[in-house]
Amino acid sequence: MGTALQRFVAKENRERVVTGLGWFSIGLGLAELLMPRTLSRLVGAPRKPLLIRALGVREIAAGVGLLTQPKPAPWLKARVAGDAMDLGLLGAAFFAEDSRPARLAIASTAVAGVTAMDVLAAQDAASGTPPSGRGVVHFEHSIIINRPAEELYRCWRNFEELPRFMNHVIRVQASEGGRSHWVAKGPAGTTLHWDAEIINDHVNELIAWRSLPDGDVDHAGSVRFQPARGGRGTLVRVEMQYRAPAGAAGAKIARFLGQSPEKQVWVDLHRFKQWVETGEIARTEGQSAGRPRSTSRKYDDLVRA
Amino acid sequence: MKANCWYGKHDMRVEEVPDPEILNPHDAIVKITSTAICGSDLHMYDGFIPAMEKGDIVGHEFMGEVVEVGSEVKKVKVGDRIVVPFPISCGQCFFCQKGMFSLCENSNPNAAEAELLWGHSPAGLYGYSHLLGGYAGGQAEYARVPFADVDHVKIPDDLSDEQVLFLSDIFPTGYIAAENCDIEPGDTVAVWGCGPVGQFAIQSARLLGADSVIAIDQIPERLRLAKEKGGAETINYNEVDSVVETLREMTGGRGPDRCIDAVGMEANGHAHAGQFTYDRLKQALMLETDRPIALRECMLSCRNGGTISVPGVYGGFLDKLPFGAVMNRAITIKTGQTHVQRYLQPLLERVQKKEIDPSFVITHRMKLEEAPRAYEIFKNKLDECIKVVLKP
Repeated sequence: MGTALQRFVAKENRERVVTGLGWFSIGLGLAELLMPRTLSRLVGAPRKPLLIRALGVREIAAGVGLLTQPKPAPWLKARVAGDAMDLGLLGAAFFAEDSRPARLAIASTAVAGVTAMDVLAAQDAASGTPPSGRGVVHFEHSIIINRPAEELYRCWRNFEELPRFMNHVIRVQASEGGRSHWVAKGPAGTTLHWDAEIINDHVNELIAWRSLPDGDVDHAGSVRFQPARGGRGTLVRVEMQYRAPAGAAGAKIARFLGQSPEKQVWVDLHRFKQWVETGEIARTEGQSAGRPRSTSRKYDDLVRA
Repeated sequence: MKANCWYGKHDMRVEEVPDPEILNPHDAIVKITSTAICGSDLHMYDGFIPAMEKGDIVGHEFMGEVVEVGSEVKKVKVGDRIVVPFPISCGQCFFCQKGMFSLCENSNPNAAEAELLWGHSPAGLYGYSHLLGGYAGGQAEYARVPFADVDHVKIPDDLSDEQVLFLSDIFPTGYIAAENCDIEPGDTVAVWGCGPVGQFAIQSARLLGADSVIAIDQIPERLRLAKEKGGAETINYNEVDSVVETLREMTGGRGPDRCIDAVGMEANGHAHAGQFTYDRLKQALMLETDRPIALRECMLSCRNGGTISVPGVYGGFLDKLPFGAVMNRAITIKTGQTHVQRYLQPLLERVQKKEIDPSFVITHRMKLEEAPRAYEIFKNKLDECIKVVLKP
């Protein structure tokens, strides 16, 4: 099993590949449907416009399925089956009288390449966790901290102290009735504001919260503190769910949050551990270097942000 | 201040940089009085360490006088003379409290990056790439020392810099290499690589009761030092057909009981031209990151049920390791970056009792400003160079 980061990167890539294959299907399908004769000539196959149009309908159906349905796996399997059909037809075309073998060979190679991508994407989709619904990001992380649960609970429950280790949170104001106001760094130097309320609070064990309507961020989360196996400190587990906000500004925020909410929680949990175990957050920002910046943008800033 | 910075393969420059400042409450600032170039620095010099950035201050073997301390520093005072261990360790996490300081969970701010390559992250190190934290190193006039209360040993006035400087790395590294062998009375220990770590491994194997030591290298002056100071028998691998065969002969067919690989990722091997070319080519094509020639020989030479200890630095993915030999012949492998903090006090006492004078490896004493030239000399083993100490 890979690390959370690897899973995160893999998931992002998977979504990109699936979207790409979806649009490819629709493009090819439209071409087959609208200009079957030209296409036949291009690939060097005998003219069979009805068959080509039927293939076009199949491609478009698969493409629409890939782009609109939450679970890509069955549609990717349909694409693999379609690829097999295409390869079979191209193979048969070699024996037809009016075929052009050189063009057929090129077309077959291209289809074989796409088939390989479809097979990989289908395998990947079958093994990965399916997304939990459109626009909702769900993830969890845990870490073992060498301190008793009481101390960790106390530290986390004191919301106003959270910006000490939460990288993107600028400040938190706690108010009556378990409510709090949050200010965090947003896209392009802006700030994000939202109110949150505690929905579950078990002393030394669990804190769960959710954002209130009308904020810039729509999310819910929980943190649990359990004794780690073998009495080796406390297992801290964070679960989070983000939903994309509505509107154009919302889309921008969603893109910003979507950059790395999962990695952000990973980083924050490690910083939380550093903070409670050592009383400081490990840093090199501000150290000496033989260049204008004290850190490396590529190797430090991007990893820690 | 002046600091030796990495700008690329074979491109070190001493530059004027800002003085270090206290950034965290457990930091101290040290005015460096002596600093050394480590064999592992040559891996960066040769461009084999990933995640280096132009302008990184390098060096992880340094000592000096404390000139400033952070608000939470309790055990170190301004004016103290200290040697700084090369791993940065918090002293509070699971691993630090088990004495496994080089595996500190809290000192590498780039742990996410190390996890991608190695599965989990070890401790941050001074001047040893951004994979290991991107901390400024100690080939400079001053250095920032995080977690100063944990990461230091105080030095009494009657000991010279040269007697104690190597407590920072190579002496404990050679010592833990020998300790990891679990030497039993009567054992023969073979040591691949007679650079400074190899020399300390040879001496430490003796301190820990080895009956005899066999040293393997190609450089005459290093083999001579192993023989004269360490009482080792020697093999110049360029003068024999096969190291494995020679060791078999020397040990009555059984193989050395304990094998130490003090070479690591950039093994040479003019006598193993085939292997060297194979590994160098795969390295160049990025199909392999390390050239494990010494490690392969350890695996084939070690006696059944023996131990291989690996203080040599490896970075990534190794090819054609005869692991079948390790499994079927019940060989134990032990390795790791050194838990230096654990050895500071006991080894300082050995120096005070005159059981060992670590300065025996020093061949060159140069000014910090001469660091680029010093790297060139050390890298190419010019002028019979074994160890360089730089004075700011």
